[in-house]
Amino acid sequence: MQVHKYDTVIVGAGGAGMRAAIESTKRSRTAVLTKLYPTRSHTGAAQGGMAAALANVEEDNWEWHTFDTVKGGDYLVDQDAAEILAKEAIDAVLDLEKMGLPFNRTPEGRIDQRRFGGHTRDHGQAAVRRSCYAADRTGHMILQTLYQNCVKEGVEFFNEFYVLDLLLGEIDGHTRTAGVVAYELATGEIHIFQAKSVIFASGGNGKFFKVTSNAHTLTGDGQAAAFRRGLPLEDMEFFQFHPTGIWRMGILLTEGARGEGGILRNKNGERFMEKYAPVMKDLASRDVVSRAIYTEIRNGNGCGLEGDHVYLDLTHLPPEQLDAKLPDITEFARTYLGIEPYTDPIPIQPTAHYAMGGIPTNVQGEVLKDNDTVVPGLYAAGEVACVSVHGANRLGTNSLLDINVFGRRAGIAAADYAATADWVDLPENPAAQVIAQLERIRNGNGTERVSDIRSELQQSMDTNSMVYRTESTLKQAVADIHALKERYLNISVMDKGQRYNTDLLEAVELGNLLDLAEVTAVSGLARKESRGGHFREDYPTRDDVNFMQHTMAYREVDADGKDSIRLDYKPVVVTRYQPMERKY
Amino acid sequence: MSTPTIDSPHNSAALDAAESGKIELVTITLRIRRFNPEEHPDAVWVDYQLTVDPKIRVLDAINTVKWEQDGTLTYRRSCAHGVCGSDAMRINGKNRLACKTLIKDVNPEKPITIEPIKGLTVLKDLIVDMEPFFQAYRDVMPFLVTTGNAPTRERIQSEEDVQRFEDTTKCILCAACTTSCPVFWNDGQYFGPAAIVNAHRFIFDSRDEGAEQRLEILNDREGVWRCRTTFNCTDACPRGIEVTKAIQEVKRALVTRRF
Repeated sequence: MQVHKYDTVIVGAGGAGMRAAIESTKRSRTAVLTKLYPTRSHTGAAQGGMAAALANVEEDNWEWHTFDTVKGGDYLVDQDAAEILAKEAIDAVLDLEKMGLPFNRTPEGRIDQRRFGGHTRDHGQAAVRRSCYAADRTGHMILQTLYQNCVKEGVEFFNEFYVLDLLLGEIDGHTRTAGVVAYELATGEIHIFQAKSVIFASGGNGKFFKVTSNAHTLTGDGQAAAFRRGLPLEDMEFFQFHPTGIWRMGILLTEGARGEGGILRNKNGERFMEKYAPVMKDLASRDVVSRAIYTEIRNGNGCGLEGDHVYLDLTHLPPEQLDAKLPDITEFARTYLGIEPYTDPIPIQPTAHYAMGGIPTNVQGEVLKDNDTVVPGLYAAGEVACVSVHGANRLGTNSLLDINVFGRRAGIAAADYAATADWVDLPENPAAQVIAQLERIRNGNGTERVSDIRSELQQSMDTNSMVYRTESTLKQAVADIHALKERYLNISVMDKGQRYNTDLLEAVELGNLLDLAEVTAVSGLARKESRGGHFREDYPTRDDVNFMQHTMAYREVDADGKDSIRLDYKPVVVTRYQPMERKY
Repeated sequence: MSTPTIDSPHNSAALDAAESGKIELVTITLRIRRFNPEEHPDAVWVDYQLTVDPKIRVLDAINTVKWEQDGTLTYRRSCAHGVCGSDAMRINGKNRLACKTLIKDVNPEKPITIEPIKGLTVLKDLIVDMEPFFQAYRDVMPFLVTTGNAPTRERIQSEEDVQRFEDTTKCILCAACTTSCPVFWNDGQYFGPAAIVNAHRFIFDSRDEGAEQRLEILNDREGVWRCRTTFNCTDACPRGIEVTKAIQEVKRALVTRRF
């Protein structure tokens, strides 16, 4: 076992982690731990753009962007945070350009902008061009640009290091951050990283769904580590289903395709979004469009033999426009479906895409251990965190923005804290819990297979906890998860070795997914209303009297060591905008 | 409620095939190069038979082997749709991303051979040591170099200026090009195509002022002149980058000092 000492440790090297690292490395001795290589992070899969009211191509301002974000989040957004997001968006984009990001340009050579779902001129009057983009690989360009600048700044990376536990200590009876425990994939060795500041930037947890745009690696490791250490998870019932995933595969096809003029059609060729969102049509917010697609499918208007999908139609757009603005997604259609999007519509269905919920933080990225109290030295940013700027439904292009704005903020805050804070003593046997967990899995000789439990979990979540939910489906999900957790105690893995044991790590990741799926379903069961991405057929309207508040889920362990989930609620921060009926 | 606008989608045989949902399962053999120095000093070929839909990705088939037959099979993967660059491997003798290659396209009637990419040290099964690859990348100063004060707003750059390096910005650092290069196989010191592609991305960026330094680095004996224009790299690139052309442009810039 090795012990390392750094002022700041960042867990995850996607957009949020690397944006934080660029700041914290200048100010403090920083280590970045990633279970991949930095350029493999899923930020690279984001396509359509990053929102900022640059007003390069038409009138726009940050206040309109703030309003759209609040309305898009169905009024569960903390409005102070949304205002920061929209204001700092402008510098966040300009910073990336100065770091070298090759944006598409206007004829005048400025950063070009295009339309995107839910982004409007003057509080919903019409779609506005706010998304700054680099073809349909904006996330790829952000990830590459941030990595390039990490190389420039000499950021120290520990690649293929899995962080499996968070270490907390106490000073004068108050919880403080002490470090993390990591597992080195290459050797199987355990490493303790003692740190004054820890930033979780480890991404989402969408892999508990079957049809998802998420990478195999998005297993919520950061959320699960925090949750097991008694920290709450906020708003986990809010999961975004992106309208346009490749049918059955879930591979993302950017909303930018509709921003460029693409149209959703049912089996009769109808542009059905006109019925559901007369003003914004195909560019309504994602929750609205995903529900519309499933309503069409349920009404028998779905395409194909089983009527289980609709079309994304790009055939009316000039091939030159598709080649210039949407080269990657048109290639996905060719590669994975064997069709030509110049002439054929693309079969699509909603795909599990983004966790609005996560580890609660304030606007400095500091992690909260209850509704008000921060854990000094502990930060979170990006999809793992819940600030909350996305509320009940994130707008497209606001996540690439989130990672840059709040990644930067967390990096600065963490390094500043480390500059004056004292070291916190490591707990005795800091790796004991991790070693026990790994040995239990490695030496287990049960009869259950990790892949069976994982695929049953994914099937249950797709069936019971997707776009449409009811009390009975969510109860079924909880029951399924409880049964799967029991079976998980009886797993075994085939690889017993130390070297690159991905068999072992997949088992660990499944444990994280099971815990987080349970929080998602339990939180959703208690929220007896419909808001944003959480739609309850048995409670089909929003209930601001009882539920305009954030869910805070805590893990409780009773005297017998049996764990359960306790739910509490946190008020939403309202500044400018009182909740209104949400129409697009 | 307004009457929806109707426009019948076009229909082709390809769309019908994609939508049919009909699956005609085939039995295939994956012949995978296995190596685990914890157990045995030598690499061996191991055959795995499985029955699959030929429209799945090679990565899906490899996952099926790991999840249902042999959990010790080890490889890297993440996004599973060709954007993260984790799963470059040698499939039937050609470098490809396993997640961007469908079983039906790799002659599934015969055993499909799967090996680690060549020229980097194999650590276990399909996992190679990526460090020399990333070191070569870091050595070419892969970041924007500028002098003077940054402007308040964005730098102005025309769409034509962006087009000069747009192709090389697509690189995902998967190493498929570098490990398909015979010069790299014979001389591990050679920077390799990927590093040169990433140098190209900045040399031809109108905002950058580091081109002279980068060109000097690539003028080295292990630099750009080692390229023998075999086009293996261009064939291997899963992002469709014209790698050999980019290398030629860097060579020309070295001669003319114009970029």
